[in-house]
Amino acid sequence: MLVYTAKRIGLALVILLLAMTLLFSMIYLVPGDPASIALGPRATPEMKAALAARMGLDQPIPMQLTNFIGGVLRGDLGVDVWSNRPVARIILEALPHTLALTALGLGWSVSLGIVLGCFSATHRGNWLDRVIGVVSVSAIAVPSFVVALYSLLVFAVALKWLPAIGAGQAGDLGDQLRHLILPAFAIGLGWVGYIARLVRASMLEVMGENHIRTARAFGLPERRIVYRYALTVAILPTVALLGVGIGNLLSGAVFAEIVFARPGVGKLIYDSVLNRNYPVVMGAVLVTTMLYVLATLIADLLAALLDPRVRANF
Amino acid sequence: MSAQTSELAPALAGEPRTALADALRRVVRDPLGALGSALVLVFVLSAVLAPWIAPYEPNAIDVPGRLQGPSLAHWLGTDNLGRDVFSRVLFGGRIALTVALTAVGLSLAAGILLGLIAGYGPRWLDNLLLLLLDSVRAFPVVMFALAVITVVGPSLQTVILVVVVTSIPAYARIVRTQTLSLRHTEFILAERALGAGVPRILLVHILPNVIGPLLILASMEIPVVITIEAGLSFLGLGVRPPTPSWGNILSDGYAFIRNTPWLVIAGGIPVVLTTLGFTFLGETLRDVFDPRLRRD
Repeated sequence: MLVYTAKRIGLALVILLLAMTLLFSMIYLVPGDPASIALGPRATPEMKAALAARMGLDQPIPMQLTNFIGGVLRGDLGVDVWSNRPVARIILEALPHTLALTALGLGWSVSLGIVLGCFSATHRGNWLDRVIGVVSVSAIAVPSFVVALYSLLVFAVALKWLPAIGAGQAGDLGDQLRHLILPAFAIGLGWVGYIARLVRASMLEVMGENHIRTARAFGLPERRIVYRYALTVAILPTVALLGVGIGNLLSGAVFAEIVFARPGVGKLIYDSVLNRNYPVVMGAVLVTTMLYVLATLIADLLAALLDPRVRANF
Repeated sequence: MSAQTSELAPALAGEPRTALADALRRVVRDPLGALGSALVLVFVLSAVLAPWIAPYEPNAIDVPGRLQGPSLAHWLGTDNLGRDVFSRVLFGGRIALTVALTAVGLSLAAGILLGLIAGYGPRWLDNLLLLLLDSVRAFPVVMFALAVITVVGPSLQTVILVVVVTSIPAYARIVRTQTLSLRHTEFILAERALGAGVPRILLVHILPNVIGPLLILASMEIPVVITIEAGLSFLGLGVRPPTPSWGNILSDGYAFIRNTPWLVIAGGIPVVLTTLGFTFLGETLRDVFDPRLRRD
């Protein structure tokens, strides 16, 4: 386990470093420099030169790359072009909103997905199993931003059951939770289907194995067999997939935050793209990418901890 | 030798054709497959025939008749500039179809190339390519798209670029795994012993064995591509207005969601139906062509 952990962390670091370099080099792949992009077409050469110097763009490229990575390691993501505030602080203010949304989205979708998957597997071939199957595929196929728009239309605009925009009153937990319901529903819906299908397939496979037959031969109650002996094994592929799930939910959160006007990282990136505020875009993309890499790392380590076969095949 | 091959050829060519016809029959007989095929057919036909079946010019502005509800004259109402929404939905389908075909085609080609190189090339090149593919996959797709758009600027080409770059890893990985498992099989060793060059081995012998799962993946990727295009256009970062795209219609609809809900409904339904259609079709294709991955 120790060797696996070390190798897996090493891989995550290398990927992160490469991703950083990729993000950094994107700026040089295109005609025009970031200072001109930020200032727009009407900027004078002097303005561009001043901004370029402030952003450190007048230094040699390898120098800039090491500065960039060194800064990231020290938690310095540069300075916002417009407000002059540190990018890291701006992101830290937005991050809790996004984390809460992602966690809630993942939480409800995984719980419901596991229940539906178990039910389908134990009632295989039954009409309800088929309905769950079709609904799962449909939930996966429908884009989360369309779900967000339609749920906004139905539950906030037409029925007025839930608030439409914002993150709720600071300090009022109930209000904040009510503002989270619709966005979390929108980003999680597809994952309900995904997890349900995965758990169903995995359960069916496990239910055919020897230890389940033995448990049956011992006359254990079916409920105990399903939840204690089958589900604990069948859940493993789901654990390994949670990392990818978080990446997907973070992508979905961008749309949910824009549709429901929540002040999270997704909305921050979007607003910064519109303002051509490229230090904020790059910093925020980097932070979400780090979160994603960290999530896949934890999911992989957890899967390896629970399932020795994963460790052996690395 | 050559006479023998030409005698065998018709027999060999005949069999896959009936197998294909048989498989297609099974796709259409499956209720989900039939529904998927029908939805895809409607989408493709309406996109191709849009200039002939659209009742209005999609960009014709009629300010006095703006934000009208659905009526006989305007089936899906009019938008904030008085443009006919139904016509715009039809023309938006053309954009979705163009992006889907171009992006999937390009990423398929690039994925095959990189996968073959990684699977058949030297070990260090394989490791290097894998690391590069993994670092592209390290970004959440939408975040990557937004970063690229900041630098390159929003356009139809940027959308295609983003989709191609982010979907290459999936194709390349499949091709690589298959190539790795095939490169030491006996028929490839025999071919090498006969003096066949690398291009011949890769293109004539390995590629045909890889193409099946690849095409299934491609059919599953089409709805993803359509979603990304619609999503980025919805954010105003994809296809530029006034070009009609489903995402642009949704974006106009979002701005007027409180008073004129049909705009959002009309913009979203084609996205939902098309992604559902391709997903149902892809699922059925996978069940029919790849029995190992059957739903049951």
